Order: sequence, then C-alpha cells, then structure tokens
Amino acid sequence: MIGIKEEVHYILQEGKKIKNEMSMEFDAISSNEGLARVAVAAFIAPLNPTLEEVSDVKTAVSEAVTNAIIHGYENTYGYGKHGQVTPVYCHIREGKVYLRCRIEKSILFVEVEDKGAGIENLSQAMEPLFTTKPELERSGMGFAFMEAFMDDLDVESAPGQGTIVKMKKKLGSGAWLPEEGED
Amino acid sequence: MEDFKVIDNYLMIRMPEEIDHHKSGYISERADRYILREKVDNIVFDFEDTRFMDSSGIGIIMGRYKKISCFGGKVFAIHADRQIKRILYISGLHKIVEIME
Repeated sequence: MIGIKEEVHYILQEGKKIKNEMSMEFDAISSNEGLARVAVAAFIAPLNPTLEEVSDVKTAVSEAVTNAIIHGYENTYGYGKHGQVTPVYCHIREGKVYLRCRIEKSILFVEVEDKGAGIENLSQAMEPLFTTKPELERSGMGFAFMEAFMDDLDVESAPGQGTIVKMKKKLGSGAWLPEEGED
Repeated sequence: MEDFKVIDNYLMIRMPEEIDHHKSGYISERADRYILREKVDNIVFDFEDTRFMDSSGIGIIMGRYKKISCFGGKVFAIHADRQIKRILYISGLHKIVEIME
C-alpha cells in the first residue's frame, strides 16, 4: 500500500506527462453550443479537474462559442423547447466555428475562432454589460465571464476578418507548478 | 411535467437542465406570455434540474425583471447550486434577485 504522499506525487507526475491536442470545426448554429462545451469537458477529464473547474471551463467555452455564432455570424436563433425549431423566415448564415484545445503540463489552452464580422471596438466589447444585441436579451457578460472563469484571456479581432478568443486555465492537482530545481 | 405554473400571483418557472442561448428564446417568450395573460406580479426561477447556465440565463432573468419590476414585482431564485450562485454573484444579479434555499 502506498501512502497519500506518494500517491499525490504519482498523480502529479502523471499529470505532467499528459500532453494532448484536439481541434474541431462545426457549423455556426446554436445547437452546437452544447456540443462544444461537452467536448471540452470530456477532453480535460483525464486531468482529474474538480467539478468547479469543469463548470468554469464549460461556461467560458459556451460564452466564446455563443459569441462566435450570434455576433460573428449573426445566427441569432435558438428557439423551441429544445432549441431545435427554426422559424421559416430565419435565414441561417453559413459559417464555421473552429475550436482548438491543447493540454500541456496540466494547463488547458482553448482557442475559439470564427471568420465572421469581427469586433470594431474591442475594449468596449469587453466591458461588462455592454452588448450590441440588447433586443435578444444578451446580458453583455460574455467576456466578463470568460475573464472570471479562466486564468487568462486574449482576444484578437479585426472588422470583417473574424475573431480569435484565446483562453488559458491551470487545472487539476497542480502539475503546472515547476518542480524544485526546475525552472 | 409542466415547466410553467401560476400559483397566486407568482409565476413558477422550472428551468431546464442546461440553459444557454440555444434554449433561452423559448423560455423568455413563454414566460412573457404567462406574465401578460395571468397578470402575475412575481417570478420564481426554479433551478432544481439545472446543471449548467451561462450568460444567456442572466439575460433571461434580467429581461423578466425589467418587465415586472416597474409594477413592484420581485424575482426569486430557488434551488440554485453553487455554480449558479457564483454566476448570479459575479454578474451582480443577486442585488435584484432574491436567492433562497
């Protein structure tokens, strides 16, 4: 039987070894929001994240993907009890959302990219409660949530070019800490 | 199980398991119909089944609050788990929503 100390050390060592990458692309429609956040949650599962960390990551990914769909491609419809009803007058704009995830030393890197409208005034867009779509009851809390739930947030955007949201979060049992003697 | 129920002048809304933009339109519109038709004063959001919520949920609550607050109505949240409470606190919604156990 091994002691708790050895066990923690073992988990830390194992966590350090995990290096993984994935990317997916999907249509910019609201039903894919759930797909994206569940995929990322499953992707980080081997790192033994706490429940809270999983919810944080899911919320942040959901915000980023929703932004790409609603603001990037202006596919604003999510309707029906399960969101599946699309009104006949609703025109769905074609476009793909790109989701890239990477785990390195228990640090999760997430990138959400769209090739849609882009953001004209980035600092204004990042202000809490600022929204360009109040008629859709968007709360304007998207970037604020991403900042609150992830460790690092970086947004690159140009009008007409699309937007890339880059997020970073340290996960699990702290394997991201450098070992003694290591830089 | 009906998701919308009127008890006295309270509208009880049983929120789905996952609240995101995908489902928020339906909840908002149904709720508004009940508010108009039944002339309710207060709204209770029941998060018993809810395991996930993002900022679209904030939008739903804020939108309904605006509709009833001018007539002196109140908004309540019940059965909110830790994650949902955190979201309510980060967004500052706990100032307008009464969070109850």
